Amino acid sequence: MTEAKTSVSHLDLETHEKPFLDANELVINMGPQHPATHGVLRVILRLDGEKVLGLECVIGYLHRGVEKIGEHRTYTMFNPYVDRMDYVAAVSNGLGYCETVEKLLNVEAPPRAQHVRVILTELNRIASHQLWLGTHALDIGAITPLFYTFRDREEILKIYEKYCGARLTTHAFRIGGLQYETYTGFEKEVKNFLTFFRPKIDEYEELLTTNRIWVERTKSVGVISAEDCIAFGVTGPVLRASGVKWDLRKAQPYANYKNFDFDIPIGENGDTYDRYLVRMAEMRQSVRIIEQAVDALPEGPIMAKVPKVMKPPPGEVYHSIEAPKGELGYFIVSDGSTQPYRVRVRPPSFVNLQALDAMCRGQLVGDVIAIIGTLDIVLGEVDR
Amino acid sequence: MVAKLKGNYGSGIEALSYVGQNYMVVDRSLIPEILQVLRNEEEFDYCVDISAAHYPAREKQFDVIWVLYSYARNERIRVKTQIADGATLPSAVPIWMGANWLEREVFDMFGIKFDGHPDMKRILLPDEWKGHPLRKDYGILQQDNEWVQINLGIESGQ
Repeated sequence: MTEAKTSVSHLDLETHEKPFLDANELVINMGPQHPATHGVLRVILRLDGEKVLGLECVIGYLHRGVEKIGEHRTYTMFNPYVDRMDYVAAVSNGLGYCETVEKLLNVEAPPRAQHVRVILTELNRIASHQLWLGTHALDIGAITPLFYTFRDREEILKIYEKYCGARLTTHAFRIGGLQYETYTGFEKEVKNFLTFFRPKIDEYEELLTTNRIWVERTKSVGVISAEDCIAFGVTGPVLRASGVKWDLRKAQPYANYKNFDFDIPIGENGDTYDRYLVRMAEMRQSVRIIEQAVDALPEGPIMAKVPKVMKPPPGEVYHSIEAPKGELGYFIVSDGSTQPYRVRVRPPSFVNLQALDAMCRGQLVGDVIAIIGTLDIVLGEVDR
Repeated sequence: MVAKLKGNYGSGIEALSYVGQNYMVVDRSLIPEILQVLRNEEEFDYCVDISAAHYPAREKQFDVIWVLYSYARNERIRVKTQIADGATLPSAVPIWMGANWLEREVFDMFGIKFDGHPDMKRILLPDEWKGHPLRKDYGILQQDNEWVQINLGIESGQ
């Protein structure tokens, strides 16, 4: 086994052509209020002209103490709080939490509930990637994809609104299954959405994939090797674009993903362009999964037998799911009472953001914006 | 694997399983060594999470948990240790680079320091904040009023 890595592989930071106290070195603050930092993220850049020598992220501007709140709410009461963490992909957060508590209670959601959960979660993945594409392209300078993706995202949000009443922070799932039965016409609307959406991915690709400006701004920008990804603990499309074929839906399947047939797209170079291609391919795979799920929707109950007052036996459980951003994990310690003793959320964006320093060294300032966008961070999740 | 580790370290390790998830409770004295062995020999190359829990009624008040995953074996385990208030732990940053921010968060929320960490300071809360919120003796509505008054200019955040 190789030695543990203590520094970044592709850059040798010790050899500097210029002496340390060179007057050209500039420290710039990319402050918490910035149109391109996807939230309140403060990045302190150390620059040599336009080249980035290093950076430091200061986070915590959106820290709301969700983990502390978890200790003072019952399990069902805490459910809506988890949506607010990664507010872009709220349904996935709910899925992770509900599944973790179901593990603690030793119940399993009935098959119909699991099917509908898969449909809603994959729709959520598409919606999250659409938002990512729109904002990432906007940061780089392409304004049109923003309008296209947000317009198409409306269709998904309409489905959510009809299903559970909310567009963004959906609180769609309950511990043990679902609360609401799917509305009449749900399958038809989802199928209509799929027929509507498939050509749209081609539309987004037509705008960007072979676009000369896009390729020049994203190829070889923010390269991170597979070993660095694994050492940093980076997961999700960033890891897959560096060549590691790993997806929690296949490696440790949850919520009947093993019944569906889909591929895991990977990239080769680990640069921004590959991450873009991986996410576009993931959207296509999500369409495939939803198609299979909608065709095979079984009848049956939607809620397992769960006690009204939930008191899981004392114990600890760690469960994670493949959220659109990476591995979203929940570690819940129960002491036998109605409130969890400790809720720990392992946010993918928090761990992925650690790699920003390594990815940006040696790049230009304009590339920093592209790299923050490509990591697909949501500050609500980073700070909780 | 557990048998081999137990063979080497004897009574310092206790292997348990709950709802199908395997975890080990190890003695504090074995800590940097066990993590090193797990990474180098048993191929647990991905440090998923580092977190802690506070049990004020116990003598060794804090539970520190490392969740590790091995890509090669597709296996996830947890390593748990118990330390007293004020004790420190060796940092896992030389073993996994990703442990950096995770340990900073444990320090921020619980006050557990990690020796050898390159940048041991608060991460989510302001640097001058006093108190460690996720401890059980920190109230749900409690704030560092001094910091709020000095830096935000208001009486209290409530």
